[in-house]
Amino acid sequence: VATMANEVILLDFWPSMFGMRTRIALREKGIEFEYRDEDLWNKSPLLLETNPVHKKIPVLIHNGKPVCESTIQVQYIDEVWSDKNRILPSDPYQRAQARFWVDFIDKKMYDAQRKVWGTKGEEQETGKKEFIELLKTLESELGENTYFGGDDFGYVDIGLIGFYSWFHAYEKYGNLNIESECPKLIAWAKTCMQRESVAKSLPDSEKVIEFVTEIRKKFMLE
Amino acid sequence: MATDEVKVIGAWASPFVMRPRIALNLKSVPYEFLQETFGAKSELLLKSNPVHKKIPVLLHADKPVCESNIIVEYVDETWSASGPSMLPSTPYDRAIARFWAAYIDEKWFPSLKSILKAEGEEEKKAVLAQVEEGNALLEKAFIDCSKGKPFFNGEHIGYLDIAFGCFLAWLRVTELAGGHKLIDEVKTPSLSKWAERFCNDPAVKPVMPETATLAEFAKKIFAKPTA
Repeated sequence: VATMANEVILLDFWPSMFGMRTRIALREKGIEFEYRDEDLWNKSPLLLETNPVHKKIPVLIHNGKPVCESTIQVQYIDEVWSDKNRILPSDPYQRAQARFWVDFIDKKMYDAQRKVWGTKGEEQETGKKEFIELLKTLESELGENTYFGGDDFGYVDIGLIGFYSWFHAYEKYGNLNIESECPKLIAWAKTCMQRESVAKSLPDSEKVIEFVTEIRKKFMLE
Repeated sequence: MATDEVKVIGAWASPFVMRPRIALNLKSVPYEFLQETFGAKSELLLKSNPVHKKIPVLLHADKPVCESNIIVEYVDETWSASGPSMLPSTPYDRAIARFWAAYIDEKWFPSLKSILKAEGEEEKKAVLAQVEEGNALLEKAFIDCSKGKPFFNGEHIGYLDIAFGCFLAWLRVTELAGGHKLIDEVKTPSLSKWAERFCNDPAVKPVMPETATLAEFAKKIFAKPTA
């Protein structure tokens, strides 16, 4: 399959930590793809057509066939381009653990981080506590390993690293110091950033801060 | 090793718990079913799933696997020699199966649950419409995925059949309580036939509760005042 002419299009939105997962996976495998940035306030006909159920990014379109949901896309990419840089572990038990942690990130991280930069007062304080607790849980799962995958960069690393591009925004608007709370996690993030696939796929922290500032203005948080 | 002891921590009424049980039955894997008492969590559960403290948990040689759909994939992969694959053979079809399973958990089941909790005609109508919209999507998904075969997974029950089918008893309870059909021969003809095949399968029948028994249980738990 990997030897036929492959047309890969990614419908995405540059600050999306979910889109970042798919970008990283594609780059880990050395796959050429066309990146299309969507205006989420004016979604393209292609986006609406390829993800009619959720109308959300990212959408991966491989030879005309759409795959939706970032974690599903990463698994799909790993299965189609299975010859190099395996993303999921080969052992079923390790695979189940990796899926568990990415599911944990999906269930908890988005809402918690949203409260950190997107709310005020008590709601924000609760959100901040929750968010730091989540990071500590993840940090404890990382343990002394280089990556969540152990020695190898993998599924959980890809699942989490995108949020790192938002850390300065959380620190600014949430008045947090994430490194002092979770030094090992920050060390892990910096190691990941040394990978080309990650460095190319994450936006500049300053740009994310600008984006969050705009969103906060829109929701009258300023 | 595939021969090590298997246990499932769960409860008879939980559709999520049904998923690993059906999967294990399909692979003819014997397991010990450890039932939790409603309203209290055992030491073993808290120890095996410290992050979420929820059922089901699969213990394989005492090593825990959590999250029902993840457990189903684990069972499929670990006992791959013991029965047909529960996921389709191509990466694309697998992505589609996973997509619908995620949709069912994130959107469809929450709206089904809301029907039983809905207060007043307005709210009830709104959530009903949501569920029916979802059912229409799933009817089409069935036709696309099954490609003329009896199950979402083709010839044999698989991951998506299990992900959706586990809710059928609760769906029947909701239909009874509300006095309206949600999956029937008129609105969802393919799903209606599939539902019957699924519920009658020998891997499913022993773990699917009787509608009447579940209805009694539902009355009890929904009668509790909300925290």
